[in-house]
Amino acid sequence: MNAQKTDALSAYFLAETSDVLETHTLSIIVDNEPGVLARVIGLYSGRGYNIDSLSVSETEHEKHVSRITIVTTGTPQIIEQIRHQLDRLVPVHIVRDLTVAARNSNQEKPLERELALIKVRGEGEKRLEALRLSEAFRATVIDATIDHFVFEITGRTNKIDQFIEILTPLGLVEVSRTGVAALSRGSQGLKDLQDEI
Amino acid sequence: MQREMTGAEMVLQALKDNGVEHVFGYPGGAVLPIYDELIQQDAIQHILVRHEQGAGHAAEGYARSTGKAGIALVTSGPGATNMVTALTDAMLDSIPMVCITGQVPTNLVGSDAFQECDTVGITRPCTKHNWLVKDVDDLPRILHEAFYVAQSGRPGPVVVDIPKDVQFAIGTYEGPQANPSNHKSYRPQLKGDMTAIRAAVELMSKAKRPVFYTGGGVINSGAAASQLLRELVDQTGFPITSTLMGLGAYPASGEQWLGMLGMHGTYEANMAMHDCDLMICIGARFDDRITGRLDAFSPNSTKIHVDIDPSSINKIVHVDLPIVGDVAHVLEDMVRIWRASSFHSQPELKEWQTQIAKWRARDCLSYRHSDDVIMPQYALQRLNAAIKGRKDVYISTEVGQHQMWAAQYLGFESPNHWLTSGGFGTMGYGLPAAIGAQVAHPDGLCINVAGDASILMNIQEMSTAVQHGLAPKTFILNNSYMGMVRQWQQLLHGNRLSHSYTESLPDFVKLAEAYGGKGIRVTKPGELDDAIQEMIETPGPVLFDCCVAQLTNCFPMIPSGKAHNEMLLPDEATDEAVANAIDTAGKSLV
Repeated sequence: MNAQKTDALSAYFLAETSDVLETHTLSIIVDNEPGVLARVIGLYSGRGYNIDSLSVSETEHEKHVSRITIVTTGTPQIIEQIRHQLDRLVPVHIVRDLTVAARNSNQEKPLERELALIKVRGEGEKRLEALRLSEAFRATVIDATIDHFVFEITGRTNKIDQFIEILTPLGLVEVSRTGVAALSRGSQGLKDLQDEI
Repeated sequence: MQREMTGAEMVLQALKDNGVEHVFGYPGGAVLPIYDELIQQDAIQHILVRHEQGAGHAAEGYARSTGKAGIALVTSGPGATNMVTALTDAMLDSIPMVCITGQVPTNLVGSDAFQECDTVGITRPCTKHNWLVKDVDDLPRILHEAFYVAQSGRPGPVVVDIPKDVQFAIGTYEGPQANPSNHKSYRPQLKGDMTAIRAAVELMSKAKRPVFYTGGGVINSGAAASQLLRELVDQTGFPITSTLMGLGAYPASGEQWLGMLGMHGTYEANMAMHDCDLMICIGARFDDRITGRLDAFSPNSTKIHVDIDPSSINKIVHVDLPIVGDVAHVLEDMVRIWRASSFHSQPELKEWQTQIAKWRARDCLSYRHSDDVIMPQYALQRLNAAIKGRKDVYISTEVGQHQMWAAQYLGFESPNHWLTSGGFGTMGYGLPAAIGAQVAHPDGLCINVAGDASILMNIQEMSTAVQHGLAPKTFILNNSYMGMVRQWQQLLHGNRLSHSYTESLPDFVKLAEAYGGKGIRVTKPGELDDAIQEMIETPGPVLFDCCVAQLTNCFPMIPSGKAHNEMLLPDEATDEAVANAIDTAGKSLV
């Protein structure tokens, strides 16, 4: 939530309603040109929006097109603003609110997955416990010595949060997460999604 | 057309191919190759300013008075950072401007070289788009795209940053695309949704207390938009008010004209906004200077909002019927449908007009006249009388009380004749803007209504005017104070006038003469008419030092945190009312 919004410190926000905060996942197709990510991020920081998670990579190499996935929190009015503000950027091809699109087709959520690499150091029973838990969470071991593991896990954000939490007392060293990648369910591509509220 | 040439030649060629005749600029190390090309041709005239900010505002004044993009050319580093204020100003007021900046050679970018700065990084939030050109073969495409982006959709400023080695490099030039609207990702929506437009016209035909609330978008949409707006107002008979930016789209002498709305708008305009049952917002954006207290903003109206920028819709005020599209396109459809469906306004419109006439009778712009000292309002009324009926007058302003008085007391009959810094409120805007307008209209009468504080922020541009044989007239309402700051200190801070009095102003008459212009000083109301005539008839630039009553406040005013129907009117504004006008909650507002 935009911190400015709560305090009614400026004329703009006197009528701010007590709308509940929602978390939405936005997909943005952009030209992969220098500075494009800075434009997106700068828009968020400059206008006081929140970024909960961000992932970006070129998805169509020959066209130099990238896909940015942003998870953001705000009132429905702010999220609508974010969508339009992003769409205003010249190198932005498409912006779609996957959360609204899912709702519009009576689904709870879009498909969202995150990948995490997690390093755990330990010996004896703790080490074995970490390995057992990794099996339960369907994480795979991608690096190991006699006193450490590096697990790779893929899943929804809350699953990864949970896995990290229970590994913490077992010798958690560090974590690297990719941020959320997301697609809509069903056969439609981003262009055809209906995300008007 | 395809031809081998250097990057610097490409810049000149692209300017010509995009119809540019004038460039405002200041040379420096990183743009020397472009300046070397400039001097070897005659098609494009360069106006040498005295400070890069002046180039930016001159380009804005040029753009506002012509509807074409204004062009600025400056060097890297400080040249570019001095442009930032003008770029932001153009961004907030949606003014088309193409700014070309020099950059250190590509192999030095990122090395903290002499006069290096991250120009695209610094100007990213204050431009519609910007480009750093790393390869000379990209330069023609980017330059043409820059013109298209700046002038299409919701207009705005763009920056093209060109490293010095790219200016020297040789590449293949290609002319502008035949159809630039085929841009791969940038496609502004011009045509409005017909279902929504039909619904809007239907709402209009049923409205009992309607009001048009129009803004700078009407002017940006071109002359046709103003014409169509006038037709729609005539056909419907609805009253119309406008923001500061939209003045001139509907003539001030028009029958349905309510005057400007907002913080220093008229009583009738603001009351009509508050009590209306249908608000038709066209090309305006519900700025905080317009709405006042948001939760009491026009509480009982259905709201229609026409805007080319989807992000303007529901940004501040929730509207019932949004129409995304270009104002001229949408108005054309509205006028056509209104006519074809032989819609009529409701009979209750008469009562609404009677009510408005009562509000108008409050005469909210009245003030106490004096025979001894010049009241600032009176000075502007005399100026208005002197320019009335002339179609070649372009008024620019600086920012402050004088700006609001100019908006209140000068009548604007046509679009593109009023140049003011609305959204950003940039002191120092007026003189360079008047110079820009004068370049575009060499035979026009360009008057910069100024304050004694604002004018000093870009006074150096007097020298530009003299060098280029331009004759802007600066009409200074000199009260020795930063009048608007003083007024707010009186309203908010117990009349403790912290640093808002200028103790050692220059002698503006001598200053004008020092620059090679003419200075005129007036201190008595009786001398005004002759002196204004002298100013108008002087062939060169003039600084008109109009010494006015020092402590005049600008009324009417919606105090911060108050609603449209809680205006402070001049006849009610006793010292006590002024001191208590703003409550604790309002004090923290801007």
